[in-house]
Parts: sequence; C-alpha cells; structure tokens
Amino acid sequence: MSAHAASPAHIDTSTGLDSRKMAFWTFIGSECLLFGSLIATYMAYKGRSINPPYPHDVVINGKAFHGILNIPLTSFSTFILLMSSVAMVFALWNVQRGNKPWDAFWLFMTALGGSIFLGCQVFEFTHFYHEGLTLRSNLFGSTFYVLTGFHGAHVTVGIIYLITLGVMALRGRIGPERTLNVEIAGLYWHFVDVIWIVIFPLVYLIR
Amino acid sequence: MASTATVAAPHAPAVAHYEPTGLWSWITTVDHKRIGILYGVTAFLWFLVAGVEALMIRVQLFVPNNHFVTAETYNSLFTMHALTMIFGALMPLTAAFFNFIVPLQIGARDVAFPRLNALSYWLFLFGSLFLNFGWVLKAAPDSGWFAYAPITTLPYSPGMHMDFYVLGLQVLGLSSIIASLNFIITIINLRAPGMRLMRMPIFTWMTLITSVLIVTAMAVFTIAVTELMFDRLFGTNFYNTVSAGADPLLWQHLFWMFGHPEVYILIIPIMGMISEVLPTFSRKPLFGYNVMVFSGVLIGWLGWGVWSHHMFATGMGPIADSFFSLSTMLIAIPTGIKIFNWLGTLYGGSIRFTTAMLFAVAFIAMFTIGGISGVMHASAPSDLQQSDTYFIVAHIHYVFFGGTVLGLWAALYYWYPKVFGRLLDEKLGQFHFWSTFVGMNLTFFPMHFVGMFGMPRRTWTYGPEQGFTAYNQAETVGAFIIALGTLVFAINLFTAWKRGRIAGPNPWGAATLEWSIPSPPPAYNFREIPVVHSRMPLWEDDPTKEAGIPHGRVEEETEQVTIAGTQVAAVRDVHDENKMSAHDLGIHLPPPSFWPIVLAAGISAIFIGLIFRQVPATSAWHNAWYLMFAGIATTVVSIYAWAFEPGH
Ligand code: HEM
Ligand SMILES: [Cu+2]
Repeated sequence: MSAHAASPAHIDTSTGLDSRKMAFWTFIGSECLLFGSLIATYMAYKGRSINPPYPHDVVINGKAFHGILNIPLTSFSTFILLMSSVAMVFALWNVQRGNKPWDAFWLFMTALGGSIFLGCQVFEFTHFYHEGLTLRSNLFGSTFYVLTGFHGAHVTVGIIYLITLGVMALRGRIGPERTLNVEIAGLYWHFVDVIWIVIFPLVYLIR
Repeated sequence: MASTATVAAPHAPAVAHYEPTGLWSWITTVDHKRIGILYGVTAFLWFLVAGVEALMIRVQLFVPNNHFVTAETYNSLFTMHALTMIFGALMPLTAAFFNFIVPLQIGARDVAFPRLNALSYWLFLFGSLFLNFGWVLKAAPDSGWFAYAPITTLPYSPGMHMDFYVLGLQVLGLSSIIASLNFIITIINLRAPGMRLMRMPIFTWMTLITSVLIVTAMAVFTIAVTELMFDRLFGTNFYNTVSAGADPLLWQHLFWMFGHPEVYILIIPIMGMISEVLPTFSRKPLFGYNVMVFSGVLIGWLGWGVWSHHMFATGMGPIADSFFSLSTMLIAIPTGIKIFNWLGTLYGGSIRFTTAMLFAVAFIAMFTIGGISGVMHASAPSDLQQSDTYFIVAHIHYVFFGGTVLGLWAALYYWYPKVFGRLLDEKLGQFHFWSTFVGMNLTFFPMHFVGMFGMPRRTWTYGPEQGFTAYNQAETVGAFIIALGTLVFAINLFTAWKRGRIAGPNPWGAATLEWSIPSPPPAYNFREIPVVHSRMPLWEDDPTKEAGIPHGRVEEETEQVTIAGTQVAAVRDVHDENKMSAHDLGIHLPPPSFWPIVLAAGISAIFIGLIFRQVPATSAWHNAWYLMFAGIATTVVSIYAWAFEPGH
C-alpha cells in the first residue's frame, strides 16, 4: 500500500496558503461588518441627541452647551496605539530571526502601548461618567460607549493575546519555526488599529 | 493500487465497527461526519417541535372565535414556530449536509478546523435549548421572528420573553458564523489535487456562497441584537423612540439587511442539493454548470441590495421604493435562469423517479410558485396591499416549505445511504412524498386567497362573518396531512437505520467523489487522497490515470435492488481493508477533544447568567446570575486549554 500517499504528515493546501491565516482574514471580514454596523448606527444618530451632554460645543435655542470630548487626550492615545503597531512589526521581525530576548521585549512593548491606550479610555469613560454621560443619558451616550467600548474590548483581548505570546517567547516556545502565531496576532493588532483610525475621525474630529 | 484484494465476508454487514462508540466518543468527537449526524438528528427533532407548534396554530385558526390557546400563547407560538424552524431546524439541517457531505465531495479527510466544528455544534445545541427554555419559564419570545423594535424594548415587551430572543440568537449566530468560517477555509483550501474551483461539485459551490453570506449577514444581525440586548438589559437608547428620539426604522434596516440574505442562506444550499439530485437521476450532467455557479454568486451578491423590500409599508419615499423594487425584480433573473437549467437537466434524460427525485422535481414547481409571488410583492404598490396579510405567509411557505423543506427531504433520501450505509424504504418514501406534496398545497395555496381577502397575518382569531372560515379549515386539514407524512418519514428514518437495505458505496450510480468510498465512510474518509480530472470524477475520470479514484468501482456487487423500475447496485460485501482503522493505515487524524463542549458551555453560561439578572429576587433562579462569572472563567480557561492542547 502506498503509505505515504495515504498519510501525508502535512496535507498541502489547495491554494498553498496557510489555513489558519486564511481563516483569520475571513474572521477580519466578519469583524468589519460588526464594526461597520456599529459605526453605521453611530453615524445615523450623530447629532440627534435630544438631551445633553453633547460631544462637541453646540448652541441650542440660544443656549450654549459645552462639548465633553477631550480631543488632545484622545489624539495622544491614538498616537500611542499607532506606535504599538510599529512595535508589533519589530516583534514579528525579531521572532522571525529568533532574536532572543528582543522578540519578547517587543511583544511586551506592543502590549504596553495597548495598555496605555486602554488606560486613557478608562480615564475618559470615568471622566464622562462624572460629567453625567452614561449609557442611558442620550443617543450619544449609548452609541459612543457601545462603539468605543466594543473596540476597547478588542484591545483588551489583544493585550492578553500579546502577553501570552510574550511569556511563551521568554520560555523559548516561540521561535522562527513558529512565527505564524505571532503573525496572526499581528494581523489582529493591526486590524484593531485600522478600525480605530476609522472611528477616531468619525467620532472625535467630524462635527 | 492495493484495493483489488477481495476478502469475502458474506454476511458481515457493511457497517464497519472499528470506530470508538459510546456517549463519550460522541461528546468529544471532532469527526466532521459525526458532527454532521449530530446536527442532523438535533435539527430534525427541532423540526418536529416547530411542527407541533404549527399544528397548534392551525388548530387555533380552525374555527372562528376559537379559544384553544390564549392570544398571548398564540404570539409565542408563531414566534417560536418561526425561530425554531429557521434557526433550530432548517439552517442546522443544511449545516448537517455541509458537515457530512462537503469534505467528502472535495476529497478531504476532515474540515480545516475540526475542533471549531465541534464548538459550533455545541453552541447550536445549547443556544437552541436556551431559546426554548423560555417555554419552561412561561416567557417564550412573542414578538415575531423579526422582533421589530421599539415594540421589543422593555416598556412594550416587559418580562423575559424577548431576553430569550436577544441572548439565544446571539449564541446561535455565533455558532453559525464559526461554522461558516470553517467551511469557507475548508472549501478553498482542502480540495483534492486537481479539483479546481470550476470542477467543484455544485453543492460545494453553493455551500461556499452560503457560508460567505452567513459570515457577513450574521455579523450585522449580531450587532442589531446586541444593541437590543443593551437596551433591554442596560438601558441604552438605540431603539428608544420616546424619550431619546431614536429612529424607529433603525432596527428594521439592520434586521432586514440580515433578514433578506438569511432567506438566501436558506435556499442557496438547497439549490445546490437539487443540482446534485437531478443529474444523478436523469443520468445527465448538470445543464449549464458554469451558469449555475455564476447565477448562484449573483444571487448571493444581489441578495445584499434588496433588504428594504420588506419595508415598503413604512413609507420610505418613491426613490427608495423604486430602487428596492427594481433590485428585487433583478434577483428573479438569476433565479429564473436556475429554474430553466434544472429543466434543461431533466430534458432528454433517462429519468428515474426515486423518492429523492420526486422531491427534487416538486421543489422546482413549488419554488417557482414562491418566486412568482415574490416578484408580485417586489412591486411596491401591490406589496402595499399584500403586506402583513396571509398572502405573505403563502409566499414565505412556498419558498421555505416548497423550497427549503422539499429540497432537504430530497437531499435526505439521496444521501441517507451514504451516511448510514442503508437505504430508506421507497414505499414509505412515496407515501411521505405524496402526503407532503398534497398537504402543503392544501395548506399554503388557500393562504393566497385569504390574504387577498384581507386576513392579517399574526392574527389570533377571526369572526365568522369575515368569510375566512372555509379556507382556514382546508389549511388546517392540509397541515395534518403534512404531519402524517412527516410521521411516516420519521419512522422510515429510524427503521432504515436499524434494518434498511445495505446500500453499498454508490447505490444511485452518482458522479461525485463521496460515492467513491464505502457507506458509511471510514473515519479517515479516503484511504488515498483521490486525484481529480473532471467535474464528475466517477462518470468521466479514467481510473487508470495516476492514483485515480481508489474505491467504488472495484467492489463486488452481490445484490441487485430495484428502485423505481431500475436496478440499483447494492453491495453487501466490503473489503476488509475498508474496516482497517486510521491507525492501521498510518493516517493521522486529530484526536478527540472535550474542550469544544466545555467552551460552548462556558459561553452559554455567560448568556444564561445575563438573563437571570432579570429574575426577581424572590425566585429560586435568582442566584443563577453568578453563572455569568463561572461562564467567563470557564471560557477563558478553555480557550487556553484549547490553544495548548497536545496533538492538534
Ligand atoms: C424571486 C425571488 C424572491 C422575491 C422576488 C422575493 C420577494 C419578497 C418580498 C418583496 C417580500 C416582502 C413582502 C412583505 O413583507 O410585504 C418577501 C418576503 C419574504 N420572503 Fe421573499 N422573495 C423571493 C425569494 C424568497 C426566498 C428564496 C425566500 C426563502 C427561502 C424568501 C422568504 C421570504 C420571507 C420569509 C419573507 C417574509 C419575511 C417576514 O416578513 O417575516 N423569499 N419576499
Ligand atoms: Cu427579502
């Protein structure tokens, strides 16, 4: 019997591409629609809140309302998040070359960038809460918290993912032959960044 | 090739006994065939439940001013009937075929991610049980499967009814997204050597299109439902039209952006199944394969641009109405092309009217009626008259029952022998077919008339003076005829599994790869991965080329069975080699795993915990919301265990 034909240790894929990576791209496609629907909801309700607080300064019936978005702070956290994507590139580069312990170092740096971003978001949320903006206050509150919170949840998952990989790298369980794990984490992280680049102008910059 | 050795074992059944058995082996299985069977059995049971709900609806409407059930129960009945049929029975039944048949059709050993596949089944099981748990707490969802907000928000739908909807459907949605992701990768990446995209069996093609639709449309639905969940559980304002000024049409847009693709999710796989059954029993290749593929892609694509035809009655204005009328009518073109291609396949063929074929041919006729009434309400002015009447119910059921269900039954008669190694009884099958066919027309055709006469849908009862009585009585009689046929079908499914005729690898003389291996297939599917040279390997490939097709033709035929006037080869003996385990053959299969069921339990527990937040403190269920934390912990632990599980 032709044993080797019967039991290929590695079944080549039809396209030559790795199945896990392809699955991840498909997953990202699905995620785009998830975020797309949330963003569409946000845009549909933009500027339609009946009650304050409002995101930007507005004058309604001669009465001025102060906008509560803190654009400098969010610009800072956005910058950090983008830098963490750069750190991710370094991480992958070092993993591929088996540069220990730099591979772990850059993975942790990426996670750190994400954590700072998340910290800013927590600060922002508590601040807004004290300003009187809750999930319940108005359409802005509902759409804002759910959209940015959903993104924040993705960042959180990413941080846990990166720290896990970092610990594995420290223990020598990730090397050049196992780059795919890191590559996929990188795809995820870049995706989360790209989504934020869409959210940031729509929510914070455009009035 | 080693498969020519004949070892006669005259009375050994073809059902091989080399696989592990027992409950535990089913709970931990990652074999796509077993998962397919689990899907099929569970979904068929839900089909029976939803059927009983339908019968109760029909009993209530049998006479005017009936009080068989209360109006409240009636609301739950029609809602749960639809939800159970769509998410509990029909989608999972198609998933059963995706699971069992697609890897075999493309010559693969398993799906791309076997454990993920198991996870989607367990999520489906828990999600559907959860949805029906509403009955136990006397709080089954009661606002229709489309759950129009703001009617479904807390002020208008107090109690837990719609909480079961928003949470249950998220679990089910997650399950189908995960499953579809798996099928997309499996089909793109695990095809046998030589199977180019345009050589893929048409059912596999339609599975691919459907999976893409699910991965995208379900995502939109997940967000729509999440927003409703936040409204109900955490007091957000997404659908709060009163004090927050939300848009009353937001839900409808999001819902139908999912809902319309969803109806294609339910029909496109069936189009694929029919396109396998018709050629086999006409002994002709499918007419216009390329056109069939492209029209399928086109239907999937256009399906995204027509959602607002469900919203003509909301007054969107002439521009939107015209656009959606036009795009809806456009869909009729690729649909019509498919119908003509099926007829072209039949034309001039040597047709064998097995039960599978009867269902397939009936599908063409009934689905056409449903399509025509669809085009009728694609025109906004006439839709305004038909909307929310029984005319729509007639349309739905000609496409769902006349389309999806008839097609699924065709597929079951066709592939059952592959799954269980035994043939379904043809006499019972013919009875099942005729009762279903007559029953469905008696049930659903009069609905066109009562609808036109103005009987509203989702109506609890009606007065004798309205002139609906005779029609409704005919419909109820029809429903019971369908039920009788279904009962016979269930008996057939069960008894054939016990003592049906042994089928052999290819009882119908079909052309695709799944028929080249023993029935039921061994755990490893193909002893040697086949090499494909054409679209219909068993009809066209030259077996002397390369490895060719290893099984199927070399088996000894020991018994001839006559079905619908033609001889069918039924093989009693299988070669001993087919009974060899994967281990003996040196084939690596992924080991069983219990993490899928644990992870599914964890995820489900989070959702169960969320719902019991709503239970009053006096209830015994109150503390169950700690389940949420247990669920989160279980989820995290099992994700790690999953990622680091050895052998995968
Ligand atoms: C030529 C193809 C089709 C056309 C032109 C068409 C058109 C339509 C239109 C315009 C409506 C909205 C009627 C209203 O609510 O006032 C509708 C409703 C519906 N259609 Fe179709 N349809 C087609 C095929 C299908 C298929 C293949 C399915 C499912 C397998 C399907 C299932 C449904 C369902 C379930 C509804 C009612 C939804 C509800 O309100 O609950 N249709 N169809
Ligand atoms: Cu539609």
